[in-house]
Amino acid sequence: MAKKKTIFSQEVIVAFVLIALYLIFRTISSDFGKYTTFLSMMDISYYYVLMAIGVAFPLITGGVDLSIGTGMICYALAGGFLIRNYNCPTGLAILVSIMFGVVIGLFNGVLISVLGLPPFLATLCNCMITRGLGSVVTGSFAVPWPTAKQANGWFHAIFKITTADKTKIPLGLVWIFLLMLLMQFILAHTRFGRYTIAIGSNKEAAVLSGINVKFYHVMVYMVSGLFAGLASIAYAAVIKTVQPGTGAGMELDAIGGAIVGGVSASGGYGTIYGTVIGAYVIIFLKQGLPYIGFNANMQQIITGLVLIGAVCIDIIKRKVIV
Amino acid sequence: MGEVILTMDSIDKTFPGVHALDHVNFELRRGEVHALMGENGAGKSTLMKVLTGIYTKDSGTITFEGKEVEYHNTREAQDAGIVIVHQELNMVGDLTVAQNIFIGREFRKGIMIDDRKMIRESKKLFDELHIDIDPRARMSDLTVGKQQMCEIAKAISHKAKIIIFDEPSAALTEKEIEDLFTIIRGLRAQNLGIIYISHRMDEIKVITDRVTVMRDGTYVGTLITNDCTKEDIINMMVGRVIYEEPKTHSMVPDDAPVVLKVEHLNAGKMVQDVSFELRKGEILGFSGLMGAGRTETARALFGADPRQSGDIYINGRKVTINSPEDAVKNGIGYLSEDRKRFGIVVQKTITENSTLSTLKEYMAGLFINKKAEKTVTEQYIRELDTKTPGADQLVVNLSGGNQQKVVIAKWLVRNCDILIFDEPTRGIDVGAKNEIYKLMNRLAAEGKSIIMISSEMTEILRMSDRIIVMCEGKKTGEIPIEQATQEAIMDKATRDIG
Repeated sequence: MAKKKTIFSQEVIVAFVLIALYLIFRTISSDFGKYTTFLSMMDISYYYVLMAIGVAFPLITGGVDLSIGTGMICYALAGGFLIRNYNCPTGLAILVSIMFGVVIGLFNGVLISVLGLPPFLATLCNCMITRGLGSVVTGSFAVPWPTAKQANGWFHAIFKITTADKTKIPLGLVWIFLLMLLMQFILAHTRFGRYTIAIGSNKEAAVLSGINVKFYHVMVYMVSGLFAGLASIAYAAVIKTVQPGTGAGMELDAIGGAIVGGVSASGGYGTIYGTVIGAYVIIFLKQGLPYIGFNANMQQIITGLVLIGAVCIDIIKRKVIV
Repeated sequence: MGEVILTMDSIDKTFPGVHALDHVNFELRRGEVHALMGENGAGKSTLMKVLTGIYTKDSGTITFEGKEVEYHNTREAQDAGIVIVHQELNMVGDLTVAQNIFIGREFRKGIMIDDRKMIRESKKLFDELHIDIDPRARMSDLTVGKQQMCEIAKAISHKAKIIIFDEPSAALTEKEIEDLFTIIRGLRAQNLGIIYISHRMDEIKVITDRVTVMRDGTYVGTLITNDCTKEDIINMMVGRVIYEEPKTHSMVPDDAPVVLKVEHLNAGKMVQDVSFELRKGEILGFSGLMGAGRTETARALFGADPRQSGDIYINGRKVTINSPEDAVKNGIGYLSEDRKRFGIVVQKTITENSTLSTLKEYMAGLFINKKAEKTVTEQYIRELDTKTPGADQLVVNLSGGNQQKVVIAKWLVRNCDILIFDEPTRGIDVGAKNEIYKLMNRLAAEGKSIIMISSEMTEILRMSDRIIVMCEGKKTGEIPIEQATQEAIMDKATRDIG
């Protein structure tokens, strides 16, 4: 029963959509083609893409992680607060932010895997908790991270460097690319990845195969938390001043990106490269549509429609195979 | 038969409200195939779950290879060499065959899973078993029969000392069962201990050395298969004699009108130019090997799958059936071979299931008329003799046979005159099987017309008034029951199509 699905996989379709979007925006708007536009778009993309890579894992298990958006803000607030108020070295603060994400991921995982809460509910609760926690930690004040010019602002260079002739280079793209390769490798070629798919496809069978499903299920949410932690650093590097109480809704763009990129909304299938491409489609729509005269509201509507289209492709694809 | 490899002594297990195992004994020797028999709910599966660590026993001892053991999960049992081939298929549909066979114990190169080696080893395994399956195929693309073969291959690959087959043949065709038996004989020759759970009496006689019978959670006795008759075993199981004699003549009156006529039905590769007639009060058997296109024909007729061409006449009138909804409107009911997936909502009550497809008729304004719903459900519980404490019982708590009755009730409530039974007794024990048979006969006598798809030869010969045989998507024979023999049917089912 050989299937010819390789050429028209959702990932390929979405890659073409991404290229098409870029060309369309460029043609209509001359501003969109400018290098500075590209740079600012890349700046904003990093944290969305990082969140999308992380959340792809819960999605593939048939779950979801709604706590990554507010979580990211909470972790960024915590790290920034340490630098600001305790003169904490930037490196340590970054580590704290990332580990904070991992801990919240662990909490999600335990609620879902050990206590049996539905992922939607467990992560929704943590969405609220992290939102509140961020405000509590900082006393509801906005927290600025060091700027690129300050000595302890070196972390900006992780994402963007300026060469001798004043050209700015979006170095973050390289990290995104490497992380994408790494996580795709983990998903496709390690036990953790294989069991992530197995949990999403038939959890009962995974249990009966003697897999420690509880452990791997917790791990899945820790990965999601880890990437939300990484995203918080990218966020701090771009946004500079982190506002408590924000972040809600960002997780939806990340989840949307993963789904657009072919991660099955019902679990059991997905790729990380698809997720990254899908996340960029969402970012292009978000950033590009205003350039060709659509306002933010229209942009939301269009993004929603694109998402419906992506889910439909998933459903049709599954029907054809079954 | 070699020395004793496994002894289960006085195993006791109580669930809330149920004494599932009451001091049960069981013994298995190397190089024997030991049948474990009993009606559904007799405790066979529970006993095996205690053995493989899924359940913890309350008391009693398990001695394996001379040592007392107790496993806490299937993994421990597997590692010790006790493996179960489950009745319900436990496959991860989105992974490949090879990935499924080695799930939980993947070969690795560093942190990487060595998929190539897994494919190689799977191939070897399949070669040994003379099975033709591509290890790289996605599991959900395989037929149920092939999936079952993979499950067996997986069990064997565990270097097992004891393999438990839990109703392995339920989903298999005659040909596949023969293959299975060849495999099992090979395993026996390698001195493995094999526990074989099945409801099929003829299989027990063919493949097993000894039979242990359980009833209502108790141990009834152990017999040498060759020294006992089918009736002996059945009597131990149910305490009453059941005769499984083939039907000798059609019960349909000569002047019974044709209620359903299908002409030149085409739907993909599995249904090619199929034509047949169904008469009032007739049980029309559909026989054939797995993949013959019987279920596909039924699904195309029922509107569940798209059809390329073909005309359907009901009571002489041409009808359009493009969806199951159309089919139901025209009085056709379909009882799927896979009850749990398509037939019933197990976590709902009998009442909710019974009126699921007729809910419109039980509405009082915006609300459901619970009383009317309950009345009709109770009527069918009585008529079909469904064994349940009440209409409010969750379907998941019923035995397989009684679940099947709930599905039948659903279609009867709907007033369907044409009922398609797809493997009506799969996974149902002997006693309940007979009740389903009686019920089908009664429905036919009352003027319902039945299409019965079955892979069990005895069932076909016992129930059908007429038999249609299919092979590779084509109708290859139509045999009146008076002329039907196993040989005649097998001949048509395996006929070479030029």
